[in-house]
Amino acid sequence: MTTGTDLALARSPLHERHLALGARFIPFAGWEMPLQYRSVAEEHLAVRRAAGLFDVSHMGEIVLSGRGALATVQHLTTNNAERLTPLQAQYSLLCRPTGGVIDDLLVYRLEADEYLLCVNAANTGKDLSWVQEHALAGTQVQDRSQQYALLALQGPRATEILTRLSRAEMARVPRYGCIRMTLVGIPVLCSRTGYTGEDGWEVFCSWHDAPRLWDSLLESGEDLGLLPAGLAARDTLRIEAALPLYGHELDEETSPIEAGLGWAVRCEKSHFVGREILCEQKSRSLARKLVVLLLTEPGIPRQGYTIVKDGRHVGVVTSGCKSPVLGTGIGLGYVASAEAKEGNPVHVVIRNRLVPATIKGRPLARRDC
Amino acid sequence: MEFPEDLRYSKEHEWVLVEGNVATVGITDYAQEQLGEIVYVELPEVGEKVSKDDAFGVVESVKTVSDVYAPVSGSVIEVNDDLPGNPELLNDDPYGDGWMLKIEMSDPDELEDLMTSEEYERYVAELKE
Repeated sequence: MTTGTDLALARSPLHERHLALGARFIPFAGWEMPLQYRSVAEEHLAVRRAAGLFDVSHMGEIVLSGRGALATVQHLTTNNAERLTPLQAQYSLLCRPTGGVIDDLLVYRLEADEYLLCVNAANTGKDLSWVQEHALAGTQVQDRSQQYALLALQGPRATEILTRLSRAEMARVPRYGCIRMTLVGIPVLCSRTGYTGEDGWEVFCSWHDAPRLWDSLLESGEDLGLLPAGLAARDTLRIEAALPLYGHELDEETSPIEAGLGWAVRCEKSHFVGREILCEQKSRSLARKLVVLLLTEPGIPRQGYTIVKDGRHVGVVTSGCKSPVLGTGIGLGYVASAEAKEGNPVHVVIRNRLVPATIKGRPLARRDC
Repeated sequence: MEFPEDLRYSKEHEWVLVEGNVATVGITDYAQEQLGEIVYVELPEVGEKVSKDDAFGVVESVKTVSDVYAPVSGSVIEVNDDLPGNPELLNDDPYGDGWMLKIEMSDPDELEDLMTSEEYERYVAELKE
């Protein structure tokens, strides 16, 4: 067991709030973030049944503006940003010419010629360098990560909770749509997006407004069952929803096509970095595929564990946890395409023991539209 | 944080309660606090032989997987069957309902290598600095 605190960790603008709520912290991507406030199961179930509020201020924000902004976004990302109208977002990927994933991200069109890239905290520096190096003429690139705080309000009651604080008809905003508004006097950008498999919102505000917005949201949802939720529940929720996490399901050696993200790789675009390899991959069958694993006996699959079938190595686990809903081990992993069949019985090797598991072709929980 | 005086402690944060030739073993309050919410426990089978300082089981928390080491050598004569189904007992009552196993000691002299409550409390205080 190792102990001790790394003093170099960055802190969110909500750090004092987390302390006051009795959070347990964990170092994550150079940040000291809340792992949980109460049990993971309570926080997880609050998100599935009512709502949870996450501090995700560690996420990076890179803004591209100017007449070259769209061309730069189109050049560097795999999805088609030309389809975005102002105040719309799309899931996308930054890839190397090899097709390997630099990062997965959300691309927001804020204005006619202004785009916001919301990226993984662990990759913000790498992404920023990549974008700066490859930006086309007429594009200004700015790192706004230290100006934007980000709160994620997720769950079936999220829209109702936000609506209580605003005059806007939040329910009419479509999935991946955004709205600029004022919440309790604080200018915010609300986007109907998330990472839990539930309906919900991600709310950008300025760093210094974050504590007051946090308090207002928690108060607004208290009677509906809203709980603050930490990174542990964020992980169990996204694993159930089969949403990939960079460093687990995605990295520079992984193709987004194998990860089941072909829908975010738009081959109707005549050019983007990685297009040749990725669009060729889309046209043929792949060696391996990302699947959901459901353990049928006690055990927790963890990143790097081997998946076997009849004594043969057929894949590797990329993420795992104990499902707070099912009470059993669940995970994500890559398996040989021939084994990626719904209901296929396999084994996960946990400390030299073969633990039976079933392959699921679909997420265990995903209700977002 | 509790450091019951009737127990002996290992550097790997296991505790031992000695009754005759039988050592009851668990993880300390400090260990469960450091691990965080425990979600999975793996214990050996009754009859297995364990050697001092070898891993006899595994505890998985929300944030980490940790081996649990035998503080003494011997044969496993009983394991806490309630634990696998209720791993939170390790958090809630590490010195009571969260006990892990009973070992019939093959070399009780090994107990000399363990710390007293006072020594362990000092050891933990140093780790926290």
